[in-house]
Amino acid sequence: MDVKNILLVGVGGQGTILASKILSDGLITAGYDVKMSEVHGMAQRGGSVSTQVRYGKKVYSPIIGKGQADILVAFETMEALRWLEYINPRGTAIVNDYQIPFALILMGQIDYPDGILEVIQQKVKTTVLKAAEIAVQLGNAKTMNIVLFGALVKAMSLENIDWEQAIRNHVKAKTVDINLEAFHAGLTGTGFSSPK
Amino acid sequence: MRKLLTGNEAVAQGAYEAGVTFAAAYPGTPSTEILENIAEFKKDIIAEWAPNEKVALESAIGASIAGARSLAAMKMVGVNVAADPLFSFAYTGVNGGMLLITADDPGLHSSQNEQDNRYYAKFAKIPMIEPSDSQESKDMIKVAMEISEKFDTPVLMRMTTRVCHSKSIVEIGERQEVGKKPYVKNLAKYNLVPAVSRNLRAQLDGRLKELEQYSNETSLNYFEWNESKIGIITSGIAYQHTKEVFEDTVSYLKLGFTYPLPLMKIREFATNMETLYIVEELEPYLEEQIKQAGIACIGKEKIPNMYELNPDIIAKSLIGTERQRVQYDSASIASRPPVLCAGCPHRGFFYELSKIRNVMVSGDIGCYALGGSAPLSAKDSAICMGGAPSIAHGAQKIFNKFNENMRVIATIGDSTFFHTGINSIMDTAYNNSNTITCILDNRITGMTGHQDHPGTGFTLQGMPTKALDIAAVVKAVGIDHVRVINPLILSRVKSALEWALSLDEPSVIITRWPCVLKKQSQIDKDEFGNYMSTCEVKEEKCIGCKLCIWTGCPALRFDKGARKAKIDPVQCVACQVCVQVCPQKAISRVGE
Repeated sequence: MDVKNILLVGVGGQGTILASKILSDGLITAGYDVKMSEVHGMAQRGGSVSTQVRYGKKVYSPIIGKGQADILVAFETMEALRWLEYINPRGTAIVNDYQIPFALILMGQIDYPDGILEVIQQKVKTTVLKAAEIAVQLGNAKTMNIVLFGALVKAMSLENIDWEQAIRNHVKAKTVDINLEAFHAGLTGTGFSSPK
Repeated sequence: MRKLLTGNEAVAQGAYEAGVTFAAAYPGTPSTEILENIAEFKKDIIAEWAPNEKVALESAIGASIAGARSLAAMKMVGVNVAADPLFSFAYTGVNGGMLLITADDPGLHSSQNEQDNRYYAKFAKIPMIEPSDSQESKDMIKVAMEISEKFDTPVLMRMTTRVCHSKSIVEIGERQEVGKKPYVKNLAKYNLVPAVSRNLRAQLDGRLKELEQYSNETSLNYFEWNESKIGIITSGIAYQHTKEVFEDTVSYLKLGFTYPLPLMKIREFATNMETLYIVEELEPYLEEQIKQAGIACIGKEKIPNMYELNPDIIAKSLIGTERQRVQYDSASIASRPPVLCAGCPHRGFFYELSKIRNVMVSGDIGCYALGGSAPLSAKDSAICMGGAPSIAHGAQKIFNKFNENMRVIATIGDSTFFHTGINSIMDTAYNNSNTITCILDNRITGMTGHQDHPGTGFTLQGMPTKALDIAAVVKAVGIDHVRVINPLILSRVKSALEWALSLDEPSVIITRWPCVLKKQSQIDKDEFGNYMSTCEVKEEKCIGCKLCIWTGCPALRFDKGARKAKIDPVQCVACQVCVQVCPQKAISRVGE
């Protein structure tokens, strides 16, 4: 098979790295060659972050190029727009309808861009979900990343991998149940708006 | 057993398997996790945080002289700090195998410059290896130890961000027990006085000749023969990027041992190729030496010599192809810079500092560098680690000499203070300037992800130890005016800064409050208590003046329609800086 490219983007602190660890873990058990790349350090502190996961029979470079991501998972709405040039025009965008403003926006010096979801929906196949609301309804706002992970698994069409075990391997024991609930909420599409 | 490991994790596994028994480092992205992971092998390896990179390398040198296999790891600018012992240890050679790991940062993800440390191998005349993925990162540690002991030399391993922080599959092995070599006193080898060094100087170049022969023979440098139209010589992560683009349509000479270069192998490869490309990240390190040997090749004419390399750049540069991508208007996307966390103890300090006029703020390397971003914007410069007070001192001396009404305030962290900041503060005392140094002591090394240091009371391997008292150290190096304050109480910050500005001698303000993300020890809990809660805005009192927003706290929101501030309860920890800033007393701790 060709190498598949999954790009997870968001804001430092949103749990993109945990989601990509679970993803890589599951892919390894399924026998794929996997490479995952992330950038730590300064960008962690509320900056724009990305994690790249590539899998297939044999993977060389850990980096996903522009126009190459089969699936773009954006944990924050503006970040989806920032990374849109990395998506394969025939790929899928999974976008969390969730805005995190930052200093210049709060100070009123610039505006948070309008109509981002519409722009993305016009360009590529898009799934929009309100993962933050779903996570809060489940009872733990921090499981937002696992809701998005569930939506990613659905888009990858790799439901047969034992993702529940992969999740167990990476979350704290006392949060396993709620994370599994979050995963299924994302996987089954509870609360999604349908793609246009 | 196969595991998905980062390059840094693989290095730790490699150190374990290669029989390393001593490892030291100072944290720095992208190298930090090397020592954090080595520290897990508590039974077999002594792993330590050193106060700085020079000390880390020196302690590893000591371990080698005593007869153990040892390593030191650091980010690329750390090698500048450690360069002094490095160049001399190249002369003496080793007893137990010794490896220095440099983690370079092409693209400057988390660094103040983009230096290519491969030149250090040539400069110090020591052999160099370059892994291109995690498996090689592990395997090369063992080879490095063998090279080091066989040729009696320290070895440099050069990694880059994408090797350090990318995960790939690694086959896990067993530890090879190598024990310890006997220590034998040998002044003619280890005592670098001029008479000894002059002898060793000649041996150094002799050793390089032997190493060049090794370079031509080792399987670390290997051919992949395919078509002979295009041949590519490459190393490190650039090899993976190049394979991504060309797969098996071109031939490769993959270099894992890159100093001295295998010129015989390179010549053989070049002879068989119609066109020879050199694909390397950053500087033309390989290309210069290959061209100097009279071998025709194409390198930096096509491949840029700055920022990170990737398959897209290689494809566009060498074959002119670009992938189709979505076209859209990206003008509305603003860059999202990193910020001080909600509840960061630096926020209160920088909020007050930003209000002072006629000051130059000399910054340093760490989270407090973010105090220079909008809206706090309280920084004029940041050059290198530990340099804030000495840079401030030089500037203050000049402002004073030319009677300019400017005061200079240095900001430095606790870990950075121990790194080399102590020497800088000593300079302000010894050479007497009225420089104000603010040590932002958040009780941990923050930016790199919470590493202990000489002031925290714990070692890397979790043992309780002496916690150095920063105020006592500062007084001992000659500072008479020292204040320790809680930076979350704005009135204290303000009065401390006013006090320091009134002095005509050097002074130090220590702001002591733990990093909000730090896992607190019992000692921390006893000192700082459990202060965490959340704050809320009483909507009826908020007048929408946005003064709270100007603290730059990411937990604060502003509802444009209602013209009211709001607080995100998930992020807020009730540091209460915004509470003190609000003129309407509209913000309070929940339940108060």
